Order: sequence, then C-alpha cells, then structure tokens
Amino acid sequence: MSKVIYLDNAATTQVYPEVVEAMTPFFTEYYGNPSSIYSFAGEANKAVTKARETLADLINAKSEEIYFTGGGSESDNWALKATAEAYGNKGKHVITTKIEHHAILHTCQYLEKKGYEVTYLDVDEYGSVKLDELEKAIRPDTILISVMTANNEIGTIQPIEEIGQIAKKHGVLFHTDAVQAFGHIDIDVEKMNIDMLSASGHKINGPKGIGLMYIRKGVKIRSFIHGGAQERSRRAGTHNVPGIVGFAKAAELAKASLGERIAYETELRDYLIERVLKEIPFSRLNGERQKRLPNNTNFCFKFIEGESLLILLDQKGICGSSGSACTSGSLDPSHVLLAIGLPHEIAHGSLRLTLSEKTTKEEIDFTVDELKSIVDRLRSMSPLYEDFVKKNGGK
Amino acid sequence: MYSEKVMDHFNNPRNVGEIENASGVGTVGNAKCGDIMRMYLDIDENGIIQDVKFKTFGCGAAVATSSMATELVKGKTVKEALLVTNKAVMEALDGLPPVKVHCSLLAEEAIHAALWDYAEKNNIVIEGLEKPVNDIAEKEEDVSETY
Repeated sequence: MSKVIYLDNAATTQVYPEVVEAMTPFFTEYYGNPSSIYSFAGEANKAVTKARETLADLINAKSEEIYFTGGGSESDNWALKATAEAYGNKGKHVITTKIEHHAILHTCQYLEKKGYEVTYLDVDEYGSVKLDELEKAIRPDTILISVMTANNEIGTIQPIEEIGQIAKKHGVLFHTDAVQAFGHIDIDVEKMNIDMLSASGHKINGPKGIGLMYIRKGVKIRSFIHGGAQERSRRAGTHNVPGIVGFAKAAELAKASLGERIAYETELRDYLIERVLKEIPFSRLNGERQKRLPNNTNFCFKFIEGESLLILLDQKGICGSSGSACTSGSLDPSHVLLAIGLPHEIAHGSLRLTLSEKTTKEEIDFTVDELKSIVDRLRSMSPLYEDFVKKNGGK
Repeated sequence: MYSEKVMDHFNNPRNVGEIENASGVGTVGNAKCGDIMRMYLDIDENGIIQDVKFKTFGCGAAVATSSMATELVKGKTVKEALLVTNKAVMEALDGLPPVKVHCSLLAEEAIHAALWDYAEKNNIVIEGLEKPVNDIAEKEEDVSETY
C-alpha cells in the first residue's frame, strides 16, 4: 500500500498543521491553568475567551452561550440528561428520531429506564423527518425535541429551521446534534431557533477530545460534571486549553473556507455519485440526493456484504466505512439504513465514502475503478447474485 | 483483527464457484445476520468427495471459513466430512475473533446441508447427520424495486 486515500472524513479528519501550530504554545509555553489568578495564566485565559468568541461566531451565538465539553457524545449526553432532570417537573416526554447517533439513542434508552417516555420519529425514504408527524408527537408533557442537523451515515440534512419553529410555537426546547454539520454547512442558532447544539472538534480538522455545547441564554440546564466553577459552574474540570484553542482555530479556518469548500466538495461528491450509479449495476445512493452534507456519499451494492468490501478497499489503500454490523462488532445492520426502509441483506452491503476539501478527482476516479472490480469480484462469489442471475434467465 | 490465514483465505479463496449437477447442494444462513453460504459437493459412488465448491455472501470471516471448510472436506469420505466441525475450521484458520465464531458454525452447517441434500437425493441415511437449519429457501424477497 503506497498511498492512503482517506475517504472517511465523517469518522474523523486530519488535524491541520495551522491548528497544531496554534495549539503547541499552550502545551509548552502558556501551560498555566486559566482559572489561576497570577498573570502567567492570563495568556491561557485570554485564549479560552477568544476561542469561545470564534466558535460562537460560527453559529451566530453569544460567547457566553458556548460551553466546552470533552466531545460530541458528552454534549449529547449532557443536553438530554440534564434537560430531563431540570424540566422533569414539567413533563417526562422527549421526542427524537430513529436515525440519531447512538450518543442520543442510547441516552434516550437510559432516560426511558429512568421513567421518561421517548418518541422515536420515523423518517422518510431519504432520511428526512416528517414535520407533520413531529408536530403531532408534541404533547403537553413534552420537554425536549432532539433532532440531528445532518445524519452521520447518509448525510441527510434535516429541516432544522422548520423544526425550530415548531418547537418554539409549542414552547418545547430544541436540541440538535450538529456534530457532522458544524463547520460544514451554515448554522444560525438564532434564525433556526436552536436552544442547544452539540459540536465536536475533530470533525472539522481540529483535535479529538474537545467539543462544545451551545446553550441558549435562559435555558435552565443543570451541571453534568460537578466540581469546579469552570464553564459558569455548568461543566467542571480544568479547561483543555490546547484543545479549545485548536478547536477554535479549526472553526476559524472552516468559516473562512466554508463557501468554497461546500462548492468544491459538492461537485466532487456529485461526480462520485454519478460515476458509481452509472457504472456499477444494482447500486443505490442512500439519503437525499441534494439535501445532503457536501462531503457525504453512502451507497448500497446489492448482493454483497459491507465488511468484505471494506477489507478489499483497504488493500488498495482506500479508507471507507460501512454501516455494516461486522465493523462495529454487533450483528445488526445500520439502524439508519433500516429506518429508511432498506431490507436487511441490502443494509448489510453499504459503503460510506466521505470526502474532504483535499480529496482530488484522481482519488475519486481511482476509488471508483477499484470499487467496480471489487464489487464484481464479490458478486461472482455471492450466492445471492447466483440466484438472481438464474432467476433472470442465466448469464 | 484477522489472522494471516484468515486473510489469505479471504484474499485467495479456495474452491469458489458452482458445480453443475452436484451430488449435494446446501445453503445456510440468512440475510438478516448478514451471512449466507452455499456449498456444492461432488461425491463419487464410493462416497468420496471428489470436488467441492462454495459461494458466500458475508464478511471476511465468512468467506475464509467457507474456503477453509472446502479444503478440509475435499478428498474425504462422507463420514470423514461429518467430522469437520466448526472448531476444526477455526483451528485451521488460527482462530477467529469472538464475534466471528458464528461464521465457522455456518461453515459446518453448510457442509451438513450439502450432505443432507446428497443423502435425500440418493435415498440414504447418513449416520449422525441431522437436518440442518436452512433459512434461505423460504426467503423470497424481491428488492429490485429499491434500485
């Protein structure tokens, strides 16, 4: 394997050298604890303040509405558990969707065990939430709606602004897991009526282990990590200063390149989709054709299974991922693909390729060429394909 | 995550294909769990497995266990083939990750299903062979609409 073609940017991204450069002094030089009183810690404190402003700016929030966390999953957990606790007197009903990330779904299951009721909304065949069903699901005891901004597997972008309006109209809090969307598409918490939002550093060329939660001023949500007075006493723990600085640098770069990046990735994405659908028979695009993340593609190839496909791609230096069971260690296929109505054997054969602004057309061409022969090879040894060929009148 | 032997059998699977007018064919597994194996046996009048082929829909371990199973039964008598257990397949592959052990069970079952078919076709009883679970025959789901 000479060269790696990295097409798994939804899993994580390269940390940009500029980001590392911005972080380094806060390990070695300005290592002071930003909560300390002496002036040596002042640089660290200033950097955290500035980072908060930069990150707030990306989603049109106020800097005091940004709370640093250990990552997207922590933010999701916090949003759900702490809201449930703070608003438990008002009601015990939460609305979410069937295609959320497990950081949401498993937290909802936890809440159910604690006596909360959760409505898991269906999505349409493209993975979009149906607004009328969402509105119908709201009850007097509904305290929270949590719908992801864009899906991590199939890239479908949800009608967040409309959901925000519905939530506001009914006086229900609205949280969105924006881990995949933050820095990749435009998000405006004011315009979209978002009360809480989760985001993560490593999905936007920042470091791992740092995330944030936007909490609209006025939302009473309790502390999740108890301890010191950091983050307005809502999230204790010494600030991860290098992580925070790196996250902000990545956000700054993401903001500066957003328009250009969306245009570039969208064009390359559409090129990849067109080639695959045209050149590989019995292939299918999962998710919405247009209203999807600019860097996301997700395909199913009938008659073949995902893990085999991933291993063979890996041998050509291509990093992709699959909703397949085998990779995650569970035997169930992707809950997202099942939710959009795919049968099990097809859901087992999915491939997610997620691009970056550094992905080239040559890489995409190489990938599609290899993909074609790998799919052919796996079909030639698939009993499902054999049955299909026989049923349709021989080879 | 896989041993070198598993990777070798996945990359260069032995005995992939079909046998026309096979003495016995068995298909096991189901699409729900993501693995389907089909085993073809060519058995001569002395009860010796002259040839064996397979086709598999599944993960790396599913392909490798099918491939190894075909190697282990080729040239054996029907009785000997019955002794090829999932454990034997696993050992021959230098082990499998725990979550993939079911693949080796499926390989054993595929051999049994093909032998069962052979026994039925020839109206014989193979001692110690039980009718294997076979899901795929009942599965008639047309999914071409989705494409």
